[in-house]
Amino acid sequence: MSAIDPVHLAGLVRRGDLRGLARALTVVENGGPEASVLMHKLYDPSPASRSVGLTGPPGAGKSSLADVLIAHWKSRGRRPGVIAVDPSSPFSGGAILGDRLRMQRHACDPDVFIRSMGSRGHIGGLASSTAQAAEVLAAGGFDPVLIETVGVGQGEIEVVSVADQTVLVLVPGLGDDVQMMKAGIMEIGDLIVLNKADRPGMDQLETVVRASLEFVREGRPVPQVVKCSVATGEGLEDLFSKLDDLLSSGRDFEAVRRGRVRENLLRVAAEQGTRFALELLERSYGIEKAVDMVLAGETTPYEIGERIAALSGRAPV
Amino acid sequence: MGERKIRILIAKPGLDGHDRGAKYIARALRDAGMEVVYTGIRQTPEAIAAAAVQEDVDFVGLSLLSGAHNHLFPEVARQLSARGASDIILFGGGVIPDEDIPGLKTAGFRAIFTPGASASEVVEFVEKEFEAGATAGTRA
Repeated sequence: MSAIDPVHLAGLVRRGDLRGLARALTVVENGGPEASVLMHKLYDPSPASRSVGLTGPPGAGKSSLADVLIAHWKSRGRRPGVIAVDPSSPFSGGAILGDRLRMQRHACDPDVFIRSMGSRGHIGGLASSTAQAAEVLAAGGFDPVLIETVGVGQGEIEVVSVADQTVLVLVPGLGDDVQMMKAGIMEIGDLIVLNKADRPGMDQLETVVRASLEFVREGRPVPQVVKCSVATGEGLEDLFSKLDDLLSSGRDFEAVRRGRVRENLLRVAAEQGTRFALELLERSYGIEKAVDMVLAGETTPYEIGERIAALSGRAPV
Repeated sequence: MGERKIRILIAKPGLDGHDRGAKYIARALRDAGMEVVYTGIRQTPEAIAAAAVQEDVDFVGLSLLSGAHNHLFPEVARQLSARGASDIILFGGGVIPDEDIPGLKTAGFRAIFTPGASASEVVEFVEKEFEAGATAGTRA
């Protein structure tokens, strides 16, 4: 079927064909050589579209914030795209993708594109193909592209390296100031949104968040803090204007772009390397055979690893 | 890498708010390893079809207990066709009288599950249809 030819799909994406765009996202999500061809065709080292990461703990209101951000950007004549990631079950591999539920009022709008993704075993708060999916949306003319992470804990901060700007959403009642001292989540965020301002505990949350910002790493801009409530609408205008300012001017995008290209290159190389190494393992030992050998005490995983590495050095490029 | 997951949209068109059945099926499909987009209650046929296209699902499953299935189910099928997505497999469930089932099948519904149907029947239906579609090469 021609619709799965990646070159053809890339053309459909560029022409703004929504079904083609959706198909392209599936190809990217499923990976493999077709995905490489498609991304090669759509690749743009200096995209005009901006991306915004939206991250925070489960239930912080990320999807509801996404919904009001879509409405805001629409009112400014923009065409927002959304990639919403939900966790896949480590047991069945299945997933309930429920972020869309909060944004479904935009479903029929041809100038809004919302796509849900399961994390598919990837850790870091995103799926392994989320960055590419965002690039596909950008190539399809969507701007900005919002990337909503799974509900995160303390260390899932991959979105920072994928999005141009990151919004960290926090809510009252998550813990004391020691939580805020921990490494990881509190070190990210170009904008920190304190959501559910109508709930008790807001003053305390604001105090500890602002206190934690006194220790922002040198040379790094201090994130702005916005208090709001999606439920009541309080503070949303402030959030919109601060975020739009960040998107239009806030950061040195040239430097960011170089870092992005570098990350992209490393990721693609690592993926190909992994596939190559596993193929070598399978061809030279057989995976189950190798397990048998280790169990029988004939060798160790480390020795096999070294042998695979030595073999790959002799492999034709 | 290169693994193809079955993607399904579960939606409730119309005005009834009884979503227990829909959520139960969504969970059973999840536990069978599928990716289930759940769009919630009170969805218009247009919104369901538009979401199905954006999510590039293989199946759309509708649940309805209000009695309006003879109108709303075929309307979802029409909306999918209008978007060039009539290859998405439709199934439905809910309080649906036996005599309405042939009409819904003519409208494009591959299966209708009525009260008493088990979740495993739905899972089995989806797996079988997906397998058949993959063999016929109709989907990526």
